[in-house]
Amino acid sequence: MFGFILRRLAVAIPTLLLLIIFSFLLMHAAPGGPFTQERALPPQVLANLEAKYGLDDPLWRKIVDYVWGIVRHFDFGPSFVYPDRTVNQIIAAGFPITLTYGLLSFILAVVVGVTLGAAAAIRQNTWLDYLAVGVSIGAQVLPNFVMAPILVLVFTLILGWLPGGGWSFQNPDYWIMPVIALGTSYMASIARITRSSMLEVLSSNHIRTAKAKGLPARKIIMRHALKPALLPVISYLGPAFVSMITGSVVIDMYFSTGGIGKSFVDSALNRDYAVMMGVTILVGALTILFSLVVDILYAWIDPKIRY
Amino acid sequence: MTMIEHNKIEGMAARMAAEEVKGRSPWADARKRFFKNKAAMVALFVLLLVIAFAAFGNLFATWTYDSIDFSVMGSAATQGAPSIANGHYFGTDDLGRDLFARTIQGTRISLMVGIVGASVAVIVGTLYGATSGYIGGRTDAIMMRTVDILLSIPYMFVLILLLVIFGRSLSMLFLGIGLISWLEMSRIVRGQTLTLKNREFIEAARATGVPTWKIIIRHIVPNLLGVVAVYATLLVPLMILTESFISFLGLGVQEPLTSWGALISEGSGTMRYGTIWQLAFPLGFFVVTLFAFFFIGDGLRDALDPRDR
Repeated sequence: MFGFILRRLAVAIPTLLLLIIFSFLLMHAAPGGPFTQERALPPQVLANLEAKYGLDDPLWRKIVDYVWGIVRHFDFGPSFVYPDRTVNQIIAAGFPITLTYGLLSFILAVVVGVTLGAAAAIRQNTWLDYLAVGVSIGAQVLPNFVMAPILVLVFTLILGWLPGGGWSFQNPDYWIMPVIALGTSYMASIARITRSSMLEVLSSNHIRTAKAKGLPARKIIMRHALKPALLPVISYLGPAFVSMITGSVVIDMYFSTGGIGKSFVDSALNRDYAVMMGVTILVGALTILFSLVVDILYAWIDPKIRY
Repeated sequence: MTMIEHNKIEGMAARMAAEEVKGRSPWADARKRFFKNKAAMVALFVLLLVIAFAAFGNLFATWTYDSIDFSVMGSAATQGAPSIANGHYFGTDDLGRDLFARTIQGTRISLMVGIVGASVAVIVGTLYGATSGYIGGRTDAIMMRTVDILLSIPYMFVLILLLVIFGRSLSMLFLGIGLISWLEMSRIVRGQTLTLKNREFIEAARATGVPTWKIIIRHIVPNLLGVVAVYATLLVPLMILTESFISFLGLGVQEPLTSWGALISEGSGTMRYGTIWQLAFPLGFFVVTLFAFFFIGDGLRDALDPRDR
């Protein structure tokens, strides 16, 4: 197991480095520098400024410095647009919010999706099954940026039950719509995957044996069917997690929740490359870390995988 | 946004490769099954309607997508509602631009993005996957490792980074979407190539001295078409979703051009002022088209997958 984790890390770290270098090169290729303004600075002043921030160093030196700053101090450098804020401060302000509703949404999608999918498979061809299949087909075409306006239309404009935007850590009313808007399509996918793999497991030999020896239905499902049926779900969690992080950008924009997605889009519109890179790298690191966790989980659950 | 069940497609790939051709051509069989599938036929019909709308809708439009109706401008909520009388069949937006013409424009761009993305996936992904799978060994390991690494990058962020740094333009959008769309396709194609490459006809080709690239183009690729067709159909809506996502954030196509994502974004921003038609029409087209593509993809898969015969 330890060797397996080490081997996966040996791939994960170069991937992350590659991402950092790639986005750095992109930023470097962008026209204009942080001190390019309408009123040109005197060349001497510009040269001094560039020397102070290390902008006159050769390219390889800049990359090494940047990577070293991240590795050693977790420092993404200063923002190019807001002089008094560093990238770290901007990310630290938004990240807890994103993490809160993202995590809740993820849990909701997994719990509801697996329950719905498993229930649909157990009661195949009943109204419950049709409902689950109907919901999961419908939710395919309702991604977060479609769900969000529909939810606001119904719950804020028509019913007036929930606030249409904003964020408060104290008041869960603000959490409901972001969590639902972000999670619905993943919930549907998880339900569909669980249903089809559960159906396959339920018709397999070991379940027939369990039934033949008279085990109660509850026990068959909980102990013998659910675990193998969850394998495809687990391998779906990796990509789902990544696109949920991406989806949080829409949530932040639409509900004004103030998470890192907002900083990302703002920096994209302001050409604040430092913040964009910081967020991209943070998301990349989270992605790689999460797929590592999923792989380990998978290897742990699936007895067929030998490391 | 993985709405495609990869294990299903891979399983189908394996079954299709294992299938021996007997008597009737498998394509004729598949066509027959596809035409019998009611959901897929309805979806195909709806999709043709949407395409016809994008292609010929302008003949009925009295306004162009970027002209402003000054009698409506600024008071869209009261005077911009859909009406036959003033030629705004779908109403107008806040600037007084005709939503009918703008929806046609948006439909064109969204469909184009979907088709370009899927085409890149078909060409690059098929060749890459077939080459990797057929050559095998160290080359295969390196090529597939590269795909793994590229897949673990949060592409949406990188795509936005690309768009911002090199300027927002349609060609950049196509390039960025094309860069990512072929990755999954190459994996699926490689999987099927692996099962194909030990079959007798490939062995025969190799024994008679056909060069490697010719075997790949002439003998491997034609046998991959079923899987590729199914996956490409399911890829088109994913590409449309990607573009809509970016345009929803205001980082995609630029005004006065528009796309479904941009129209939905605008509509969802202004619906608080009572202009619900701004959201309803683009959203309707978006949802209907996506549904159509998914049903056609499912129908194709059922038709080409010999398992349920």
